[in-house]
Amino acid sequence: MAITDKVLEVNNLTMHYSTRRGPVYAVDGVSLSLERGGSLGLVGESGCGKTSVAISLLKLLPENAEIINGEIRLNGTDLVPLSEDEVRVHRWRDISMVFQAAMNSLNPVYTVEEQIVEAMVQHMPHLSEQQMSDRVDQLYELVGLDPKIKTEYPHQYSGGMRQRAVIAMALSCNPDVIIADEPTTALDVIVQDQLLKKIKEVQEQLDMAMIYISHDIAVIAEVAERVGVMYAGKMAELATSDEIFHRPLHPYTMGLMSSFPSIIGEKTELVTIPGEPPDLLNPPPACRFHPRCPFATEICRTEEPEFKEHVPDHWVACWHPGGEA
Amino acid sequence: MSENNTLVEIKDLSKLYQVGGGVFRKSDDYIHAVSELNLSIRRGESVGLVGESGCGKTTTGKLLVRLIEPTEGNIFFHSGGETVDVANLKGKELKAFRRQVQMIFQDPYESMNPRLTIYDTVAEPLDVQGIGTIAEREARVADLLETVGLTPASSFIFRYPHELSGGQRQRVAIARALIVEPDFVVADEPTSMLDVSVRTGVMHLMQELAARLEVTYLYITHDLAVARYMCDRIAVMYLGKIVEIGETEEVLQNPKHPYTRALISAVPVPDPTYQRPDVVIKGGVSKPINPIPRCRFHERCMISEQVCLDNPHPQLQDYKDDKHYLGCYVVNEADGTYWNDHTPVNQSTAD
Repeated sequence: MAITDKVLEVNNLTMHYSTRRGPVYAVDGVSLSLERGGSLGLVGESGCGKTSVAISLLKLLPENAEIINGEIRLNGTDLVPLSEDEVRVHRWRDISMVFQAAMNSLNPVYTVEEQIVEAMVQHMPHLSEQQMSDRVDQLYELVGLDPKIKTEYPHQYSGGMRQRAVIAMALSCNPDVIIADEPTTALDVIVQDQLLKKIKEVQEQLDMAMIYISHDIAVIAEVAERVGVMYAGKMAELATSDEIFHRPLHPYTMGLMSSFPSIIGEKTELVTIPGEPPDLLNPPPACRFHPRCPFATEICRTEEPEFKEHVPDHWVACWHPGGEA
Repeated sequence: MSENNTLVEIKDLSKLYQVGGGVFRKSDDYIHAVSELNLSIRRGESVGLVGESGCGKTTTGKLLVRLIEPTEGNIFFHSGGETVDVANLKGKELKAFRRQVQMIFQDPYESMNPRLTIYDTVAEPLDVQGIGTIAEREARVADLLETVGLTPASSFIFRYPHELSGGQRQRVAIARALIVEPDFVVADEPTSMLDVSVRTGVMHLMQELAARLEVTYLYITHDLAVARYMCDRIAVMYLGKIVEIGETEEVLQNPKHPYTRALISAVPVPDPTYQRPDVVIKGGVSKPINPIPRCRFHERCMISEQVCLDNPHPQLQDYKDDKHYLGCYVVNEADGTYWNDHTPVNQSTAD
């Protein structure tokens, strides 16, 4: 990968949680990159490490979590060796995040405006109070909210409005990268549709790069140009959205695609992937998908497949990509 | 609809909740969560109840199993040549009814007592109903656990819910619902908490068991794509009312109500090259507090006319040979051709 206009480059990132029963490698050798203004979707099931990747990128780690290997290059600067104070300079200004539960990321005792301004006070101290207030108005208009309600409290907002406010907050310091972790999961489809359209529109307008995290491949199909499929802490496959949905190579991705119901097209038989996702305390050896894989052979049980470019710009970690022998 | 083939018949069912008020102050404000609802469910079919949150789907489900009591209306349950009105059951009759009707809940983490083993959880309905000896119960629980795919049963039977994954727990919940061999099961979003790769298995299991044990389902879901695979018919609810009901493919491929059309066009499709039609709908869901007698959808409707304001909420009318019923003044008026002549223009959307 050339280092041309990459706003974010993650190489071989490994993060583990220490637990009483041993280390859990929630992120294990994950590499990805993001171009300025580009969008990447991360899909996978609960516990596959999607959210752990997100909080690692922001270095918002809980106490028992530690990045033990790899680098996170944001505009060329590696965040991994930086101290908390040094990372804080980049957080919000260069990279910010929209969390899954909007209610939990807003403080109920402050007005929404106060909370958005709080981030600006940290990172845009040159702005006057009036300028900040004006900026909140602009942000509200950008995400499709009426600026008049900025002085209200989070509980006075509906679910969709709260999620918009959280997006406005993430945009407040004009970051290069926004990570959106299941931004629409709790919303009804009609509100979800409006919000996804709005996010895409804002992203294009501000030329921002986005990482969308979701368990819902249909949502990812709508918003992401590139898609990474995660399984048990590892990146299984990474390619353009079109490749992933129409020519998947990893058997797990192939299974996901044919187990997902759609309301359009022929009503085809849904395929079940046998078994359950593994326990990361004690993952299967070698290829972590082999116990559930229809194509698994001896090598899958003994040797771990390398994550490599199988066809141009289509990366996959599998001994039998596409099911070939 | 022939009488003898009907299992559940809902007639003008309403559930009102008082809002506001206080200890000494009575409120006249009521949320009409379910409002004069009519629905017939045939024996052996699976009916999907779909709609946005707050439309009254779950309330309807709870009314049907009598977890809550209706404000008005009747629920006739036809079983074994007898008909009972679920809305007015008491004592022994209610207990007997509970043997025929079961519910599966959304969250397999919340719906089980963490201190009961899988055996105790599944056998509890037998205990309550006083069915079988302990040895018989054990054999039946083991047998059913194998049926729902928890094999070998001996390795699950004395475990606790926290030792199982979400998919396994939902299988336990299905086993618990089916152990008393009910005729009718209300399943409230039974797969929405499950991961994709596990969800399909649970969906297949529910279908297979429905066929084998002759169970009739009311399947409550917000996910139209799941409903497409699980249901013979789909009923679309909006603010306490069914606005459209019909055979699944008919409703999904040929939706007539403006709300159904908006709902369907908002569902994301797992294909990046597919261009969805624009969603033409205004505003967000409100709460049906003391609703004015007029079409409940008119505020968000892109085709509403004066007739929608001057008349009470439209009744469902047979649109196509008993396969498709619709409650919309404007579309019904213009007969089958309405959407051919009207390509709705895109309107600004906000919530």
